[in-house]
Amino acid sequence: MSAHSVNEPSGRQKWIAGTLVIAYALITMIPLVWIVATGFKSPADAISYPPKVVFEPTLEGYVNLFTTRTRQTEDYLAANPPQTWYEEIVRQYDMVIVGPSRYGERFLNSIIIGFGSTFLSIFLGVLAAYAFSRFRIPLKDDLLFFILSTRMMPPIAVAIPIFLMYRQLGLSDTHLGMILLYTAVNISLAVWLLKGFIDEIPREYEEAALIDGYTRFQAFYKVVLPQATTGIVATAIFCLIFSWNEYAFAVLLTSGTAQTAPPFIPTIIGVGGQDWPAVAAGATLFLLPVMIFTVALRKHLLRGITFGAVRK
Amino acid sequence: MTDTAIDKIAQRTPTRVARKVRGLSDRAIAWLFVGPTIFLLLAINIFPLIWTVYLSFTNFRANRPNREVEWVGLRNYERILTDSDIWLNMQATAHFLFWTIVFQVLIGFALAYLINKKFRGNDLWTTIIVLPMMLSPAVVGNFWTFLYQPQIGLFNYIIAFFIGADPSSFEMIGSVTLAPWSIVIVDTWMWTPFVMLICLAGLRSIPDYIYEAAEIDRASKWRQFWTITVPMVLPFLMLAVLFRGIENFKMFDLVVQLTGGGPGSITELASINLKREAFEKWRTGYSSAYAIILFVTVFGLASIYVKALNKVKER
Amino acid sequence: MIKRALLMATAMSTAGLMGANAAQAEDLTLCWAAWDPANALVELSKEFEAESGHTMNFEFVPWPNFADRMLNELNSGGKLCDLLIGDSQWIGGGAENGHYVKLNDFFEAEGISMDDFAPATVYAYSTWPKGTPNYYALPAMGDANGWFYRKDWFENEEIRAAYMEETGQELREPETQMELMQIAKFFQEREIDGQTRYGVSIFTERGSEGITMGATGALYAWGFKYENEPGSYDMEGAVNSPEAVEALEFYKELYQCCTPPGYTDAYMEQSLDAFKSGQVAMAMNWFAFFPGLYADPNTGGDTIDFFVNPPQNVAASTLGGQGISVVAYSDKQDAALEYIKWFAQPDVQAKWWELGGYSAHNSVLQGDGFEESAPFAGDFLVAMDGVQDFWQEPAYAELLLAMQKRLHDYIVADQGTAQEALDKLIEDWTEVFEDEGKL
Repeated sequence: MSAHSVNEPSGRQKWIAGTLVIAYALITMIPLVWIVATGFKSPADAISYPPKVVFEPTLEGYVNLFTTRTRQTEDYLAANPPQTWYEEIVRQYDMVIVGPSRYGERFLNSIIIGFGSTFLSIFLGVLAAYAFSRFRIPLKDDLLFFILSTRMMPPIAVAIPIFLMYRQLGLSDTHLGMILLYTAVNISLAVWLLKGFIDEIPREYEEAALIDGYTRFQAFYKVVLPQATTGIVATAIFCLIFSWNEYAFAVLLTSGTAQTAPPFIPTIIGVGGQDWPAVAAGATLFLLPVMIFTVALRKHLLRGITFGAVRK
Repeated sequence: MTDTAIDKIAQRTPTRVARKVRGLSDRAIAWLFVGPTIFLLLAINIFPLIWTVYLSFTNFRANRPNREVEWVGLRNYERILTDSDIWLNMQATAHFLFWTIVFQVLIGFALAYLINKKFRGNDLWTTIIVLPMMLSPAVVGNFWTFLYQPQIGLFNYIIAFFIGADPSSFEMIGSVTLAPWSIVIVDTWMWTPFVMLICLAGLRSIPDYIYEAAEIDRASKWRQFWTITVPMVLPFLMLAVLFRGIENFKMFDLVVQLTGGGPGSITELASINLKREAFEKWRTGYSSAYAIILFVTVFGLASIYVKALNKVKER
Repeated sequence: MIKRALLMATAMSTAGLMGANAAQAEDLTLCWAAWDPANALVELSKEFEAESGHTMNFEFVPWPNFADRMLNELNSGGKLCDLLIGDSQWIGGGAENGHYVKLNDFFEAEGISMDDFAPATVYAYSTWPKGTPNYYALPAMGDANGWFYRKDWFENEEIRAAYMEETGQELREPETQMELMQIAKFFQEREIDGQTRYGVSIFTERGSEGITMGATGALYAWGFKYENEPGSYDMEGAVNSPEAVEALEFYKELYQCCTPPGYTDAYMEQSLDAFKSGQVAMAMNWFAFFPGLYADPNTGGDTIDFFVNPPQNVAASTLGGQGISVVAYSDKQDAALEYIKWFAQPDVQAKWWELGGYSAHNSVLQGDGFEESAPFAGDFLVAMDGVQDFWQEPAYAELLLAMQKRLHDYIVADQGTAQEALDKLIEDWTEVFEDEGKL
């Protein structure tokens, strides 16, 4: 765009626009900043009135997040002085740490299910997208639309038969069950996005390879895949973000073993009601990866969230 | 998304080339590549859907495996469509849908318009604005209950500070009048960036020469805005509305964590009600019918809307 | 710490030797709600581990999710729990859907007699169909909804004088529901020690069972009945009797006049919180929390006292509490039964009460000095004498959710009248029983 374009806004316009947008951005950040800050507050500071903006940071929330604690008698406390800094934090409330909490497990489940389903979605998605992009497939448009339409179902509606099916197959509350389910949800996005990326790779490259004596398979993974790496990474992150954040299926289909973090975090309770610093600490740790991805994904954001329906 | 002539020619080429090469035929590879995806979708989407249709005509209960399953015909549908409480849920859903879309479109478009002024650092601020929509709605919803608490909640405190009221004099989640707005606020906070991004793509797709031509015609900026900017962005905006509409019709996680449908049933959206019927009351047959009704509604509304969208695009 | 560990280790090793010839050591999982008594149970179970050689794991779910999650687990045939301390109302479903193991043969073989347990608890926690000698659980934790108040405020001369002036009566533990509201109104928004205080914290929660458990406290006290004839499912005139309407109007007024701000979705935790933070003069909650409340360094001891749900027309309390059951899907039923056998022993039951669990065993409840053993022990016996429970039908969840909705719509969301709410409730319940083939 040339600097002399008539459409180029004046300096004053830019200044006003910038101020308004920055004001909105700052307001929109408040809840996020508050989550992070609350994680470093003591329970008393977290629920103080008026809300405390300046406070003495403590790791109590994080200690509470990762441990289970129980009240102990004064004699016991006197006889067993705290050994570590985190024991010491807990002692202020006449409590002792009796073991780890479930947060670690839930987080690990999120990682296993998130990455497992992402890998599977990408693997299947790349294959299907390549086929849709390069081959003549009967009823191609219908199939593509069918793949997209599976996302219109309310998750709760699908969850009813899935629940019954999984109960029969013994897949309820298993990692495998959740990975398959999330893959089925993600695959529509994966196929659509990857097809877009592969469409952009010129066919001539593969054709040259085919003429050189490569098989289709070889042409696919030696020529097309390397070209599509950026697209694959971007798609993978979108799939990961979905399975990372998913709540409805997780809350209905998992309980003890395969439960992920989103249904778990809201159930973190303390001595009376929710332990907000611990909830905030759990949320911070959980939201952090997504925030980093978002920054990394800036360029592909639009494509990813709209199924490639809008390209920037 | 229709194939252009070039596409068609390009598609034909590899088939001819492939005949000369070793290995599986293209057709076999095509099916090999597409097969697993189709299979997975059939197994985890279509088969369950068909099963749901079947169940919706029965009185099956998932928590009573021992009970005999009876075919009840259309009774489940009849009961749902004549239940006044369910119409209240639908009204709550419609209220939520309508206002979230109104706010998100207005604010989202305004933001995109401002960002498109390309002030210094607009990329950085855009990324910051986009953050909320990438987060887990359940976790975010849960935390907002904290922000909404009377007295200690930050939201109440800030609002009270600006309007000069006592922060404990109103409650967002608990009050009948404010609760429907409390969910609209959080959804708007979370998803306005989505509409903004799509509008931004629309704005950036408008070629400069159109404005230049308008300038030569001495059209005022105001006129340019209404005759060029708005019509050119409209298809994008409509697409954003479609996506948000489908998502918010399905809305569950955010609202269930925020209000749980309360107070009473004021914010009990269709999905929340469906969850209660299906997984708390375990009326599987009944809730299957409910699910089908919801699905058909989304699908029907979306199809009509897409037709309208295509008309706008053609213009 | 070291001494304790050594003791444990020796105990474990001897137990291991004994256990070796008895049965193979198992990893048992016991599921319950996450609350004070659960911690006591962990402590108590250490003895079982030492004696049997089995290892106990615990899955404690926070109350708001407890029913949802556990019923989901049972309905999906999950193997997470070997032992489940499930709510009293689940017994019908647990028995009819085959989630729970029937315990009659086991009780007989091991010489465990249900006559050793308080009749109200056996009836409520163990039997299905109700009152028949078919047992699906052993009474584990007796419980009822009771009240507690700020004794220091009630004894404060200044406050007493102010109350006398305002009402012409002595400030005392309320003896009727109406008196409770009068006291609550007196305390509402009163300045005490420079802070604004409120009347009561009561249950208003929508998501699980809160508002039903709270409002039934008033309903039962007014003489509410579920059916005209027990077992008839004939509800017209019982559920919506004039007394029931009056009771519901009372509960709504109590909610509107005398609760702290933002009290629209409160259950156990919020009620405890309001009391412990000094917000309220009186609060309702389950007896299960009373040991913890009494031990609280700030609001326990001399500053707290307890009373049974006050009568209006009749004396009655809402039943809580649970029995312990063996889950039918467990692969370790023998070891799980061993736990129940151990738990049923009188000395274990005595220790259970000592640690803060409410034993339902007669040897504990009728033992010497039980009433003096805690300031709420006597109240507990009185309350358990007049407990009433919600429907325990297999369709309990549907019945409960209907009531939750109707009550919350009326009380908190202020929709319609009490009469309409109860009429609609009868419609809902009739539909459920028709579906069940019981009407």
